Amino acid sequence: MSSIDYHSNPGLKARLAARGLDSVTLLVLPAMALLVGLFVYPFLYGLWLSFNPKDGSLLGNYFKFFSDPFLYDTIGTTLKLAVPVTILNLVFAVPVAFRVRLMKNQRLLTTILVLPITLGTVLVAEGMLNYLGPQGWANRIMMLFGIISSPVKLTNNYWGVMLSLVITGFPFTFLLTLSYISGIDPALEQAAATLGAKARARFRYIFLPLLIPGLAITFCLSFVQAYSVFPSAVLLGAPAGPTRVISIAAYQAAFEEYDYSMASAIAMIMGVVQLAVVAAVLQIRNLFYRGPAGGAKG
Amino acid sequence: MAPSLSSFKMLRLDGVSRDFGTVNALRDLTLTIERGEFVALLGPSGCGKSTALNCIAGLLPTSRGAIFLDDQRLDILPTEERGFGMVFQNYALFPHMTVRDNIGFGLKMRGIPKAEAAARVEKAIETVRLGTQAHKLPGQLSGGQQQRVAIARAIVVEPPLVLMDEPLSNLDAKLRLEMRQEIRRIHAGLGSITIYVTHDQDEALSLADRIVVLRDGMIRQVGTPEDLYARPAHLDVAEFMGFRNRIPAKLKTRSGDAVAIDVSGVLLQGIAREDFTGDDVIAAIRPDDLFAGDTHEGGIPAIVEAMEYRGRDFFGSARAKDGTELFFRAARRHTPGETVALIADPARLLVYGAAQ
Repeated sequence: MSSIDYHSNPGLKARLAARGLDSVTLLVLPAMALLVGLFVYPFLYGLWLSFNPKDGSLLGNYFKFFSDPFLYDTIGTTLKLAVPVTILNLVFAVPVAFRVRLMKNQRLLTTILVLPITLGTVLVAEGMLNYLGPQGWANRIMMLFGIISSPVKLTNNYWGVMLSLVITGFPFTFLLTLSYISGIDPALEQAAATLGAKARARFRYIFLPLLIPGLAITFCLSFVQAYSVFPSAVLLGAPAGPTRVISIAAYQAAFEEYDYSMASAIAMIMGVVQLAVVAAVLQIRNLFYRGPAGGAKG
Repeated sequence: MAPSLSSFKMLRLDGVSRDFGTVNALRDLTLTIERGEFVALLGPSGCGKSTALNCIAGLLPTSRGAIFLDDQRLDILPTEERGFGMVFQNYALFPHMTVRDNIGFGLKMRGIPKAEAAARVEKAIETVRLGTQAHKLPGQLSGGQQQRVAIARAIVVEPPLVLMDEPLSNLDAKLRLEMRQEIRRIHAGLGSITIYVTHDQDEALSLADRIVVLRDGMIRQVGTPEDLYARPAHLDVAEFMGFRNRIPAKLKTRSGDAVAIDVSGVLLQGIAREDFTGDDVIAAIRPDDLFAGDTHEGGIPAIVEAMEYRGRDFFGSARAKDGTELFFRAARRHTPGETVALIADPARLLVYGAAQ
């Protein structure tokens, strides 16, 4: 009979496993490699590049960007598009999601609503140029019924880009919102109703406070998408004027002036602006209840 | 607006029915409940008890029938205008509100002035003994404490009717017993009607003034706990009330309710609980009333299969000659394979027709 040694320490393998490191952890490696190769490295390279401008100084690109209104105005231009688009998408998505949540046959409607995502921004832009252009059916129908006397300009300006961003961004916003709303235990609404809360009060006191953290995340993700708008700003907007967004400035620096260093700097500025907005929204989110939205069970 | 507690006398359910497609989840629930009564809706899952509760609360529209509080028709009002208190199975506490705000929500919705509302909330917190927890969020409370919050939230508005949907099913056994007494005490203090849905007959027996047994959406029996325990009207009710032994038998003689039956050649005395035609009957008896004695006379012979120790006595299962499984009580541990004679208490042996 061999005696068992109760006093020796567990082996290295067991100790690592206790800290959550075992052979299954290795499955993370491919994704890690991908992340490092396709995101971390290019990002750090871009950051380094942005501090090596043509003029040899460290911050030359950044000085140039913030001293030229043609460049630094793009921040405001992009924000003026992205923020209203994101808010508009949320304002549309919440009521639709509230209705869809109660429907038995969600799949069909969800499919229809999600279709624009699969089409891609370019196809949507093409369609809009046809339908909403001066000779498109939107203008012709409005003129037919005498609503307008001459075609309304709906493309190649701010409104064209805005509309296309709403169309392509809405499904994404809607799906996220729907999942957050579905995550709220329906018994909470029923409980509020038995306590005398009418529909408006139930939304105001139960749904809204529980939704705000989710809506904040939805806002961030939708905003980041809208902020990096490029194709529709070029195709449907006025890329030299009112819809000269920051990604266009970066594109021009890179592929028209062949100044990769400047383009990197613009990309970095773009990232900082996005981060600032996201951080601000998440900060506001911290003011609200963020726990589970179910009928809490201890 | 919501009916006030002070004025009402009774709740009347008149043929309340609910269909889901072609399924009749609830059929013709007709019942009058007096103020101050504690009524339990008892039945196995899928019997329609929760459907009944949701129809009364207004969370499900009724398909037919009407609900009256005295003369006021309630089933046409939306949930928020009925003014009933409801305790949900998962409590449905608002996770983002403190205990105090949860309890005060109903008063806020009724537009009760802040000072009065605060006083009533404090009183309710005291009633359910949550004094030190009032500032916490529900997520920080234990299951039993959440349960108390749910009850306080439902009763603080002093509703004429409190609905409880299996409120104790998520608690452990010890807490369940404690909360039973609490619920009974709170009900007595409130003086309203409580309708309590459960599938646990012990809970129903210990809490209710009156028990309504439902099955397949229909009322099978309405009666006091004593009635239901001793005299279930139908075999399925008997089974549900703990008559685990169903023994096929032949009717020998009957005079009034007293019957003599033949079980595998043994003549037993029993009590008939319904009218039946033909000789085939089913005798139902609780395991506690079927005793493995030391004499073999007048007992049903059966072969012991398993025994378990219960402290005061033993609980066993055995098989009769015809294959019927029998559960019984014993004073000592019989060995599996041993033949025992199971003596039935004639006053507790209920006889039903076999035709169902």
